[in-house]
Amino acid sequence: MNASTRSGLDIGSGTLRPCSHPPGARGQGIGHVRALSAALAAALVACLLILAGPARAQDHAALVQRFATESFNDIVGAVNGLATSGAPRAAPIIEALRDGRLVYRASDRAVFIRRPDNSFVSALSGEPAAEIGTTRPVRLNNNVRRAIDAAVGALSLLHPDPARRASAAEAVFKSRDGSALPALEAAIGQERDPRIKKLMEEARAAVVVANPQAAEADRIAAIGIIQRRGDQDALAMLGSLPATTPPLVREAAESAAVGIRRTLAVWEAGQNVWHGISLGSVLLLAAIGLAITFGVMGVINMAHGEMVMIGAYTTFVVQQTIRVLAPGLMDVSLFIALPMAFLVAGAIGIAIERLIIRHLYGRPLETLLATWGVSLVLQQAVRTWFGPTNREVTTPSWMSGSIEIGHLAITANRLAIIIFAIIVFATLLLFLKRTPFGLQTRAVTQNRRMAGAMGIRTNWVDAFTFGLGSGIAGLAGVALSQIDNVSPNLGQAYIIDSFMVVVFGGVGNLWGTLVAAMTLGIANKFLEPYAGAVLGKILLLVFIILFIQKRPRGLFALKGRAVE
Amino acid sequence: MMLTRFLFERIDRGGWVFLVLLGIAAVLVPVLNLAVPPGSMFHVSNTAVGLWGKYMTYALLAIAVDLVWGYCGILSLGHGAFFALGGYAMGMYLMLQIGPRGVYAHPTLPDFMVFLNWTELPVAWWGFSSFPYAMLMVALVPGLLAFVFGWFAFRSRVTGVYLSIITQALTYALMLAFFRNDMGFGGNNGLTDFKDILGFNIQSQTTRAVLFSLSVLALMAGYLVARAIVTSKAGKIIIAIRDAEPRTRFLGYRVENFKLFVWTVSAVMAGIAGALYVPQVGIINPSEFSPANSIEAIVWVAVGGRGTLVGAALGAGLVNFAKSWFTGAFPQGWLFALGGLFILVTLFLPKGILGTFTDWWKRRGETRKPPTASPASQPAE
Amino acid sequence: MLIDPMETQLPADPVKAIERPQVVTQSLLYLDGVSVSFDGFRAINNLSLIIAPGEMRAIIGPNGAGKTTMMDIITGKTKPDAGDVIFDGQIDLTQLDETAIANLGIGRKFQKPTVFEMHTVEVNIEMAVKADRTVFGTLFSRQSAAIGRRVDDILGIVRLGDHRNRLAGDLSHGQKQWLEIGMLLAQDPKLLLVDEPAAGMTDVETGATADLLKDIARTHSVVVVEHDMGFIRELGVKVTCLHEGSVLAEGSLDQVSADERVIEVYLGR
Repeated sequence: MNASTRSGLDIGSGTLRPCSHPPGARGQGIGHVRALSAALAAALVACLLILAGPARAQDHAALVQRFATESFNDIVGAVNGLATSGAPRAAPIIEALRDGRLVYRASDRAVFIRRPDNSFVSALSGEPAAEIGTTRPVRLNNNVRRAIDAAVGALSLLHPDPARRASAAEAVFKSRDGSALPALEAAIGQERDPRIKKLMEEARAAVVVANPQAAEADRIAAIGIIQRRGDQDALAMLGSLPATTPPLVREAAESAAVGIRRTLAVWEAGQNVWHGISLGSVLLLAAIGLAITFGVMGVINMAHGEMVMIGAYTTFVVQQTIRVLAPGLMDVSLFIALPMAFLVAGAIGIAIERLIIRHLYGRPLETLLATWGVSLVLQQAVRTWFGPTNREVTTPSWMSGSIEIGHLAITANRLAIIIFAIIVFATLLLFLKRTPFGLQTRAVTQNRRMAGAMGIRTNWVDAFTFGLGSGIAGLAGVALSQIDNVSPNLGQAYIIDSFMVVVFGGVGNLWGTLVAAMTLGIANKFLEPYAGAVLGKILLLVFIILFIQKRPRGLFALKGRAVE
Repeated sequence: MMLTRFLFERIDRGGWVFLVLLGIAAVLVPVLNLAVPPGSMFHVSNTAVGLWGKYMTYALLAIAVDLVWGYCGILSLGHGAFFALGGYAMGMYLMLQIGPRGVYAHPTLPDFMVFLNWTELPVAWWGFSSFPYAMLMVALVPGLLAFVFGWFAFRSRVTGVYLSIITQALTYALMLAFFRNDMGFGGNNGLTDFKDILGFNIQSQTTRAVLFSLSVLALMAGYLVARAIVTSKAGKIIIAIRDAEPRTRFLGYRVENFKLFVWTVSAVMAGIAGALYVPQVGIINPSEFSPANSIEAIVWVAVGGRGTLVGAALGAGLVNFAKSWFTGAFPQGWLFALGGLFILVTLFLPKGILGTFTDWWKRRGETRKPPTASPASQPAE
Repeated sequence: MLIDPMETQLPADPVKAIERPQVVTQSLLYLDGVSVSFDGFRAINNLSLIIAPGEMRAIIGPNGAGKTTMMDIITGKTKPDAGDVIFDGQIDLTQLDETAIANLGIGRKFQKPTVFEMHTVEVNIEMAVKADRTVFGTLFSRQSAAIGRRVDDILGIVRLGDHRNRLAGDLSHGQKQWLEIGMLLAQDPKLLLVDEPAAGMTDVETGATADLLKDIARTHSVVVVEHDMGFIRELGVKVTCLHEGSVLAEGSLDQVSADERVIEVYLGR
């Protein structure tokens, strides 16, 4: 259907339907402006090329001929000249010189490049040269080599690949080499990518700041540019000024450094919060199923961690199957694993409820012990089945890589887990608030006997609630398989943390669980730099132990006689 | 005299049997091990002495757990912490006994400290070269920790699963802490390579036999103390707290003080068990703090029968015997068996082996007797 | 200096909190302006109540009127948000916990009979008898003849003498109610709070319970919460009707049941 519509449009001439236009000219007003500016730019480039063409050809010949000399100073001059000329053959010539493969014929000062197979090409044209007679290599010394390095940098500043240009600019920023200044100026003039242009300007500022000969006012202005850059490199740059720097410049540098440190501290706090939220999301995912089973049924499920582990192993199995049957689906494997994990863990959960927990209602401590037994059995079963070692779970391509926002590095997998946690939480909340099952569940939470008296089949609610809690643990397992080792012990690592989250948040309150997970996640990340990861965790455990003394029923506790 | 009366006057028949059997074991096992030649069928092997000695310390731990769980309803998932702390106190003494015989031959510092480039003994280790001081710490450190923890927890009325979970968090936090090298307790290698205890070579079979007997004696003492507590009026109140805590409170009893008392006594008992355990197995490391160990101690009590003391000790022996057998015969099967044990006992044998047996025995007695107006006459007090 | 609270109407201003310890009354139990709310729900709303020494009072009221919460407040289980709770003239109960209040001489029987099911009837009573209640006191205590006699007395009063060696858990519902009343008596309190003593009893048992309470009231102050009007009529004492956490009416049962508002909220129709 779609195809026919499109072909109809193609045939119909003169139609103004947007999709009949070629890309780049979509939409009427905007399209016209864009087309116009593109055309202008193209024309400009063409004019420049035409104007520059003949002059360049002559210059290049002369520049290249300057290599045919025994004088090191002349060679240095030739390198510098060639590098800033923008000649298309500059790069291969200078590379050849660096590798000692540049030769010249003394008779006519023609310059050739010796290729690895010992054939020769003309340096100027790049065309093969058959008979070249006796040649001498162009000589190298340290001065020349330095000039070559600078020239390579300068050439990279003009390289067609934006990534090369960016890294060249960064290199100059770090080296603050005054000799790169002309090349840098030339590159800034030509650069069109605003991001790279900014990098180049920062590099120029760094060169200016470091240059003792530059005017004070220029140096201070340059410090301003560096402060705006505001990262660790800028800080290092400002800190590296020699003691001989004029006081005014140094003061400017110092105050700029203070400013940078302040911003960096804010960014670092932001980064901590970000990592904390990401850890909190993991905790939330791991704990939320527990919050349901504990909150609704008062059941402490020590096998909850194993449900998470089973979710992770389901992901592994799904990926193995996909690898064999449909390797092309690897990138969506997690979306197949999610429902599978939910079903597998949920089904096991319902089985546990029907077979064991059902018989132990009203005896929470016994339930705790029995489910601990279940957790041992499940762990050992997985160990026997899949082996005791870690299983490798593939991370889909869209979950790797990262983006930078300011000085925040946001990795795709963290982002994905946070988003996933939010979706799970929101869905669960909606489910409990808006569906009949949710209503029944809440009724059972608040007053089991009354709910039973009103015709709610509490035992079914229990079974499905337990299944739901376990299923969510399975979902958590899919997420955790992306950031943690998939091993039989996976669940054990999370069970105590999950309990802490639930107990801290208060039983029977999903919002409490959310707040607790985030609080603990963020607190953990802020403690880590000062106390180290392990000590930070110990401190949090001690905090929660003390907190429970103060508020035995958690942050958001139900109050009143109904609790007892 | 007072004390003897306090300890011995309320022991029942089963208790006497238990004590007598233990007393026989304390004498007979070392004799059969040391005096009977290895070829004889009555010889008790060195391995068996070590193994049974270990079981005795486990049984003492089980009695400690039973005291709080079986009688006071406090399900502690962290008793392994007290056991391990007692063990560490003993281990520190043994460590300092090594003296210059370590790998690095440092006159005072244990090997791991030399390895970490430490130059002097950390404050926590001061005094541990003295045996009496170390023994004091064996009781004091777990006792104090339990007292402080219990003081806060019971005062704030943290009960039930909440209490269980925070006891688990307690032992977990301690495990993480002891894994750290800079805690100064040997990091994840723990304390090991002990040489001698009170001047006796810890490897010699005589020392090991004596340690066995001491473990049995400690178990007997632990049983006597626990039994005396639970049969006293205070014990009745402790049981009352387990069954109806608010009622006890409204009768005017300070529930938190009673809980704190049994909790602390139990922790000290666990600490002593740990202290006897370490010289017999020759090592103590942070994995002793792992929550799984504490929960395993719970299943010993559950299997034997909680609220029976003797049953708890039997349970510890049985489960650990099974563990030794399984790890030899079916190493893969042990966790299945243990997990299954947790499930089956809670579902089908809530009173444990001894509790179920006693019930059956009583019922049998009742059906034989003609029905009377006042059934099940109580033993005279 | 004793001040009669009936005459000195204490102003309900914030300064009162500071004055609180100085409130002195002649009554055994004195509640004034007590309020408590759970998550926004006002369970007790400006409740005032006075029990004189030696008085027996019946409290009635529909479900959710706050009867049990009132008992929770008196016994220290729930702390009021505002108001005075004064016992025995000058003891501020809001500052004390359950144990301390119990030891002052306030005994409480729960709505649901709560006894120590794993102990025998005799031990249940024995634990309640006034004696040393410290850990070490009980640890080394020895059965005294005096306590034994007291246990016998009480078992006689609550008619459980024949059942003394049975486990409390094996008793019938009515017997458990009596055992709990017996435990209260053994505490020898000044004030007994009895929550629904006749619930789940046969008519004969109810009558016997009423007689038992009247007996007890000769030497103790008693507050009885009950739904059974026949039972309350049998007690023949002053009645207080609670509604939505405050006193709706007070007087003899006839007066109260004639009250328009009581009929409206409680007796129905």
